[in-house]
Amino acid sequence: MPEMTVIEAVRDAIREEMERDSKVFVLGEDVGKRGGVFLATQGLIDDFGESRVLDTPLAEASIMGIALGAAFRGLRPIPEVEFADFVWPTINQLIGEAARTCYGTNGAVPVPLVVRIPYGGGIRGGLFHSQNVETHFFHTPGLKVVAPATPFDAKGLLKSAVRDNNPVVFLEHKKTYRLVRGEVPEGEYTIPIGIADVKRQGSDMTVVSYGLTLHYCLEAAEQLSLEGVNVEVVDLRTLTPLDTETVLESVKKTGKLLIVHEDNITGGVGAEIAALVAEQAFEYLDGPVSRLCGLDVPTMPFAVNLEEAYMPDTDKVVQALRKLAAY
Amino acid sequence: MAQTKPRAGRKSGGNSAKAKATSKASQALPGSLTPEDLVEIFTRMVLARTTDERIWALNRQGKVPIAASSQGHEAAQLGSLLAAEKDGDCFLFPYYRDLALKMAAGLTPTQVMLSFMGKAGEPYSNGRQFPLQGADLPNKIIQISNVVSAGLTQATGYALGCKMLGEKTVVLVYFGDGGTSQGETHEAMNFASVHGLPIIFVCENNRYAISVPQAQQMAIDDISSRSAAYGFPGFSVDGMDLLQCYEATREAINHARNQGPVLLEMRVERFMPHTTDDDDRRYRPADEVEAARKFDPIITIGNILIEQGTLDQKKVDDIKAQAQQAINEATDAADAAGLPDVSTIHDMVYAP
Repeated sequence: MPEMTVIEAVRDAIREEMERDSKVFVLGEDVGKRGGVFLATQGLIDDFGESRVLDTPLAEASIMGIALGAAFRGLRPIPEVEFADFVWPTINQLIGEAARTCYGTNGAVPVPLVVRIPYGGGIRGGLFHSQNVETHFFHTPGLKVVAPATPFDAKGLLKSAVRDNNPVVFLEHKKTYRLVRGEVPEGEYTIPIGIADVKRQGSDMTVVSYGLTLHYCLEAAEQLSLEGVNVEVVDLRTLTPLDTETVLESVKKTGKLLIVHEDNITGGVGAEIAALVAEQAFEYLDGPVSRLCGLDVPTMPFAVNLEEAYMPDTDKVVQALRKLAAY
Repeated sequence: MAQTKPRAGRKSGGNSAKAKATSKASQALPGSLTPEDLVEIFTRMVLARTTDERIWALNRQGKVPIAASSQGHEAAQLGSLLAAEKDGDCFLFPYYRDLALKMAAGLTPTQVMLSFMGKAGEPYSNGRQFPLQGADLPNKIIQISNVVSAGLTQATGYALGCKMLGEKTVVLVYFGDGGTSQGETHEAMNFASVHGLPIIFVCENNRYAISVPQAQQMAIDDISSRSAAYGFPGFSVDGMDLLQCYEATREAINHARNQGPVLLEMRVERFMPHTTDDDDRRYRPADEVEAARKFDPIITIGNILIEQGTLDQKKVDDIKAQAQQAINEATDAADAAGLPDVSTIHDMVYAP
């Protein structure tokens, strides 16, 4: 199988879906001739033309509103929010409107829309180019939220997202774009939304993560294995709908759970999983459900030491796992 | 359709001053309308008004939790609807004050009453949303929310979609004067113009954003003049004059389909408070509404039909009596109807 980066996998998925279905189109800031600031849409304008690779004015609220309206007409728009940090002007259209459209029309108006959002930090982006925004969408019924960590998952899930009849928030961690390489099969495949993936089997502890920090968890699990501790690593891949079954099954097997994510700790995805496990797997637990997450500050700061202090990393995961192992 | 001009003095009666000046001129029917058309639209207007009045009574009885009235806006709403119907290929994105438009677009009185009482089988959302909010696709209508002007970018996207599919549909999106202050109104008009989209921005200007008068919302008189900033035409018409609204919309549809967006400001009067929860005595002089009611489109159209000899007073009275009868029956039917099944509360959070 050929190897590719996450950004290449994203680009391949968009291209294949645009070839497959003429109703699929891309819109956003600089997605045309520029190919997107991260080059996710590079070359698409040459093959599909300006009408399907649409450079918009610099106005995020309307990018989302226009995508939503086009979806009402039966098209399958893929709007790009240039950086997650710029998603806030779209929030009314995304959380206020898109998430409520199917419910608020009793199913008459489905919303086949995928908003691609490059997110996350560890890239010296400071307060306005590093944000994790997933929790806001995770909290919103009516949206699906996908956050892949590998090229294989990114491509298969993005293709599923485009074919879904619901608004999908597709989160691409910026630091994984070119850092993470992986095998991607040639030819057509999809990965169903809502299914987690056990990226590493283990019996002593479970660590649940997604996105960039999933890779830190895998590295940490490798280190722990040298210390005789077998850590199971669950990659959520999809945050909504959450694959509770896979999480619970793993925790029931190992009895210990660490949740790792980059977004702020309070009220985050980890908090929900902790509550879920407390409610449904309480009697299986051999230790406190633990979390290693972004600090409760408004996004990671710019200075390198402050950014490092914010970010989970492999060493921090190792420490957290050792502590839990010793419990 | 006249190009935008500086607004006439607003001292006496606001928009209705203009209505007075123009209502006579419109008595001759446009060539594309028959007397039967006018009777038909008058009948629907009377039905909508009767419904509207009944809903306020039902609100005071505790049977309708909330309503926004279209009383005073009917000529604008039904004039533009009539043009859209005559065209045959229009899609509408109304806003929350468009009761008359939504009803006249093809709902039965019972459907409307079910909606206002939040009963099962209500056509827009099966009782999930505020009355007549959601979608009525058989009548080519979508209105997702109450967020002011959120529908403008959506309507623009819908028009983009139609254009991408090679369709000839023209989209009409409605909003009030209050909605023109939203940033997305600017974004929608700008994008629509850049892409020459087939869309008409219909502003029902009643000069109040709930309680805030136009002068505190904007420093201009003519909302339609804003179109110049986007490079497309804008027109102000007397929104109390059904025929003028019809004619302006008809021309706007033609322009939108062939040349791109149009901003159509229809100057209307809001006869009632913002909603059933509002008390406009706190901010609006009583004589202002009283003066405005002299230009009530129900009276104006009725008089035109009588003066033209199409109807006599008895027939006008019959139309009103039939409307009362229809609304009585609809009220009883909706009152007796069941509530939505609670077990459906989780349905359609996601589409299949």
